[in-house]
Amino acid sequence: MAEELNLMKGNEAVAHAAIRYGTDGYFGYPITPQSEILETLMAEMPWEKTGMVVLQAESEVAAINMIYGGAASGKRVMTSSSSPGISLKQEGISYLAGADLPCLIVNVMRGGPGLGTIQPSQADYFQTVKGGGHGDYRLITLAPSSVQEMADFVSLGFDLAFTYSNPCMILSDGIIGQMMEKVALPPYRKRKTEAEIREESPWAVQGKPKGRRPNIVTSLELDPAIMEENNNRFQAKYKKIEEAEVRYEEFHCEDAEYLLVAFGSAARICQKTVELARLEGIKLGLLRPITLWPFPKEIIKTYAHKVKGMLSVELNAGQMVEDVRLAVNGKIRVEHFGRLGGIVFTPDEILVALKEKIIQHG
Amino acid sequence: MELTDIIKPENLVYDKPELMNNNPMHYCPGCSHGVIHKLIAEVIADMGMEEKTIGISPVGCAVFAYNYLDIDWVEAAHGRAPAVATALKRLNKDKMIFTYQGDGDLAAIGTAETIHASNRGENIVIVFVNNAIYGMTGGQMAPTTLEGMPTSTCPYGRDIALNGYPLKISNILALLDGTCYVTRQSVETAAAVRKAKKSLRKAFENSMLGKGTSIVEFVSTCSSGWKMTPTQSNNWMTEHMFPFYPLGDLKNVE
Repeated sequence: MAEELNLMKGNEAVAHAAIRYGTDGYFGYPITPQSEILETLMAEMPWEKTGMVVLQAESEVAAINMIYGGAASGKRVMTSSSSPGISLKQEGISYLAGADLPCLIVNVMRGGPGLGTIQPSQADYFQTVKGGGHGDYRLITLAPSSVQEMADFVSLGFDLAFTYSNPCMILSDGIIGQMMEKVALPPYRKRKTEAEIREESPWAVQGKPKGRRPNIVTSLELDPAIMEENNNRFQAKYKKIEEAEVRYEEFHCEDAEYLLVAFGSAARICQKTVELARLEGIKLGLLRPITLWPFPKEIIKTYAHKVKGMLSVELNAGQMVEDVRLAVNGKIRVEHFGRLGGIVFTPDEILVALKEKIIQHG
Repeated sequence: MELTDIIKPENLVYDKPELMNNNPMHYCPGCSHGVIHKLIAEVIADMGMEEKTIGISPVGCAVFAYNYLDIDWVEAAHGRAPAVATALKRLNKDKMIFTYQGDGDLAAIGTAETIHASNRGENIVIVFVNNAIYGMTGGQMAPTTLEGMPTSTCPYGRDIALNGYPLKISNILALLDGTCYVTRQSVETAAAVRKAKKSLRKAFENSMLGKGTSIVEFVSTCSSGWKMTPTQSNNWMTEHMFPFYPLGDLKNVE
């Protein structure tokens, strides 16, 4: 059978992929530019097809705590929002991380700070990969750069979240969420039965059968010795994720003398910059981190020995560039180029910046 | 007569509910929480729902409720228990879900979650322990602190001009179309305990019948926070709390 292709927005792709994946519940609150996720789910009425629960919560705070409750019972639950709403969810995300709960959170970023703008931005990089909420925790972070990846990362995100019992975020932005592209949706999968959930997540609250100890989902521990153990357990988990789950894409990197590093929508624009540069004879490549945490630092370190300079191209004031610099560790010149407040750079602008900030310096 | 002559099954008149374990409680002497925990344990067992009940503990004195009742528990962020319960119930319809919350958790930081879960008519039970003070953090003013009542953050008594009025949140909840049962109970006498247990049973049954949200408020004492003996606390509650928070059903949809 021919592959079923659809033309749709990134946000719509997330909603359809969620239903087909066998997601048990979605809990969200409207905010531009991601409202199509909740709207599509409500229009599709998946509770009639797959039994998936969809609920419009009274706030982002309520929504993330619904995720906490659903995840505690071993269900596959997800929420989505955009930057200001994601800020509201940070307390809940910290609790999810502190209770080892798997779930999927989608952030369709817009410009900030504050109420900011509804235009696209990548200014939540720090918030996502450096913490956001309180405490020493990490969020598995996937950065889609196409509508297809918006769909694909729903299943990948859930799979990673359940493999490591950790929250996972799809860090998208208003461009990827709003633009329409062709997308092949995944096939339908059955939702897990209660027996399968008991098998997969023996820690889940499902009601205590006779003979088993009570399952208690909590992030609280007042004994500092045990709390340190808990933290060491989190850190060991994060180390495993860093070792096994780094994902990135290389574009014309094999002979590159200069490298652009960009994620998500910025990486899409940078592809064109690479083509423009090569027309001028500049050997430019693009490294696109797909996982922002764990960050692909080893491959960047490798390229630091091969290329003359790197430009971190981001729709923000310079956030991921700090991680690029940490990986490069002073070996070569690393600069940042960005536009702010919802302005999106053009491929030519990036090429000019590359010349000024990197190439002119040798 | 020896003690072993007395301790025999046929002489048993009172027993600890099976769902209550032997962990020493952290609650202060005279605190109402222990009695309310016991009643919940009894009701769950009476209904035969031991294997289908999930409790949600709050932030506050009852944060460790999960240490005392041998059922599955989720410990929620401050005030968010009704949101946690919403998802648990919607995703696990055959389970019996209840939240256990204090006045700060339910009526201050969690007001939005409380009102909206109740307004949606979530088929859950909300157990609300109102002792008019923040016990866990050391006796600060609660939304339900009475006018003139001293706490560590209103040391000269609650001043209405400064702090506003004590919040009768159950009265608000009773006005919502999503609630089926809102009642105010207490546990300071044997008679009150028996009555309260009947209310809890009704609330839990409502949740399984899909009738909507049930709220059982317990007007309670906090001897440590109030800086009184347990007996003084019960007397003070009877004299001051009951007139402002009158006991009885505020709503009961049959």
